[in-house]
Amino acid sequence: MAIRLSARSVASGASQDARGKLGSFLLAVPAIAWLGLFFILPLIIVLIISFLTRGSGGSVALPLTTAAYERVFDVFSPVLLRSIRIAAVTTVICLLVGFPMAYFIKTRKRAWVRSVAMFLVVLPFWTNFIVRMYAWRVLLGPEGWINGVLMNFGLISEPIPMLYNEFAVLVGLVYGFLPFMVLPIYSSVERFDFRFVEAAHDLGANNWHTFWRVFLPLVLPGIIAGCILVFIPSIGAYVVPDMLGGTSGLMIGNLIQNQFRGSGGNLPLGSALSIVLMAIVMLSLLVYAYFGDKD
Amino acid sequence: MGKTLAVRSPERTELTDAEKGRLWRDRLMNFTGSRMIWLVSIAGFIFLWAPIILLIIFSFNDSRTVNEWRGFTLRWYSNIFNNVIGTEARFSTSLMLESLGNSLIVGVAATIIATVIGTMVALSLVRGTYPGKRIIDSVLFMPLVIPEITQGVSLAMFFAITFEFMKESLGLTARNGFPTIIIGHVVFNISYVVVVVRARLADMNPRLEEAANDLGANPWQTFWRITFPQIVPGIIAGALLAFTLSLDDYVMTFFTSGPGTTTLTVFVYGLLKTSVSPEINALSTLIMVVSIIMIAISQGAQRRAR
Repeated sequence: MAIRLSARSVASGASQDARGKLGSFLLAVPAIAWLGLFFILPLIIVLIISFLTRGSGGSVALPLTTAAYERVFDVFSPVLLRSIRIAAVTTVICLLVGFPMAYFIKTRKRAWVRSVAMFLVVLPFWTNFIVRMYAWRVLLGPEGWINGVLMNFGLISEPIPMLYNEFAVLVGLVYGFLPFMVLPIYSSVERFDFRFVEAAHDLGANNWHTFWRVFLPLVLPGIIAGCILVFIPSIGAYVVPDMLGGTSGLMIGNLIQNQFRGSGGNLPLGSALSIVLMAIVMLSLLVYAYFGDKD
Repeated sequence: MGKTLAVRSPERTELTDAEKGRLWRDRLMNFTGSRMIWLVSIAGFIFLWAPIILLIIFSFNDSRTVNEWRGFTLRWYSNIFNNVIGTEARFSTSLMLESLGNSLIVGVAATIIATVIGTMVALSLVRGTYPGKRIIDSVLFMPLVIPEITQGVSLAMFFAITFEFMKESLGLTARNGFPTIIIGHVVFNISYVVVVVRARLADMNPRLEEAANDLGANPWQTFWRITFPQIVPGIIAGALLAFTLSLDDYVMTFFTSGPGTTTLTVFVYGLLKTSVSPEINALSTLIMVVSIIMIAISQGAQRRAR
């Protein structure tokens, strides 16, 4: 009886296993289909169009050519370089502000202070992005609060142009993506065992060495994750430069959007710009895969 | 530091010049280091919150110019509901409310679809064993990193080509509307739902499902009676994230919406981008307050679920 039972359960277990395998694969099908049809296929279309020629009235035509890419690296290289520079500077500023913030929050002694502080970092991220950028337009404008306060105190006689330039874009991007830097660094500082600091001190390291040789290497994965999480949305930013940048703060995202404006647009050029933007993102992900968190 | 030196050289009492130098560097770094961390962090918190708080305060300011406080008023809030936003001629309250309704339709539909599909694929990836999981994984990861502008224009072109094809081969005319917006929102929402639900599933003890299985429950029963109740907080959190992202989205919506299906974010974008007025401050405050209330609800729901 016992033997028969176990034999049956083994047999049914095996068939259940095969069914389970198929069943669990079927669960993934809707998502694969959705993303395959509405995400991967459109990207392939963009790739193909980037090698076509601009036709009449904003359409595309044969022959196949790399002219769009040549234009991207020729005419638009200033904007490309500016975008990379803006994203890089944003990342550095976020790191310089976000790292101390993450460390500060983690080293608070009371648990409620830590959770309130984290809440204060995360909450703006949940509120409407466009509204937050509007707030900066109010702050930075020629008749805005900052200029108003400075002029009331007689520190300046004419408003400083702070809006519609690269500076405004930097402020907006740092403002929008700072939480992305704080969160991963916080979680790696949280995992850091502070007894290592004591051990390093006992072994004769001073604070300088403890920071550079013990603390930093162990929280580095969080730092790299934070840098990637800030750099990627910054390089592809559209809303921030559109709202705060004006013409001198134009980035790749705005150029792409310009190429898709009906008959005045240039679809192959816009597609090539999109592909180049994606390539930059992929490259930075490779850097992350190489240096970043291995789990 | 003194302790360190004592451990190293217990017999010595005099410091060499080099050691003194290092000691001072250390003290200096200790002092400036902790002060710097304080200063930068406080500045960081002010930077994050000052714009929001000033925006809210000045939405109650009884003055059109933003530089001085002239007393409390609710005028700007009532103006929004009486067809007045600054000198904006195109603004109308009914259009705004209509776009808010559109936002809710799109948000709810996209959230439901993305949450169901996303939860399914999360279950599949965590519990299933089949070849090709890594590929699915990386496909799910891509919408999180590919810039939204790229996703938006590629989907817009895809729809344009599809509609063109439908017209020529089938004689059907179609254009962008709710279905296309919802499709676009689901694309980026699936991945976020997967991230959240997956984390919850990974925390769950798989033995419970095995036990249910051994006790004769079929996979369907196991899911609804064992797995689902345990991952509900993750599913709710994922759905709320999806809903928030959907309501806030501008770029994808801009490229996939058609006439009459403008969402609130697209509707207010033009206003927020071109003008500054106390009414817009008030409208912005309202939008922010609504999202803060939503987070409060989600936090409460999740805490109760634990």
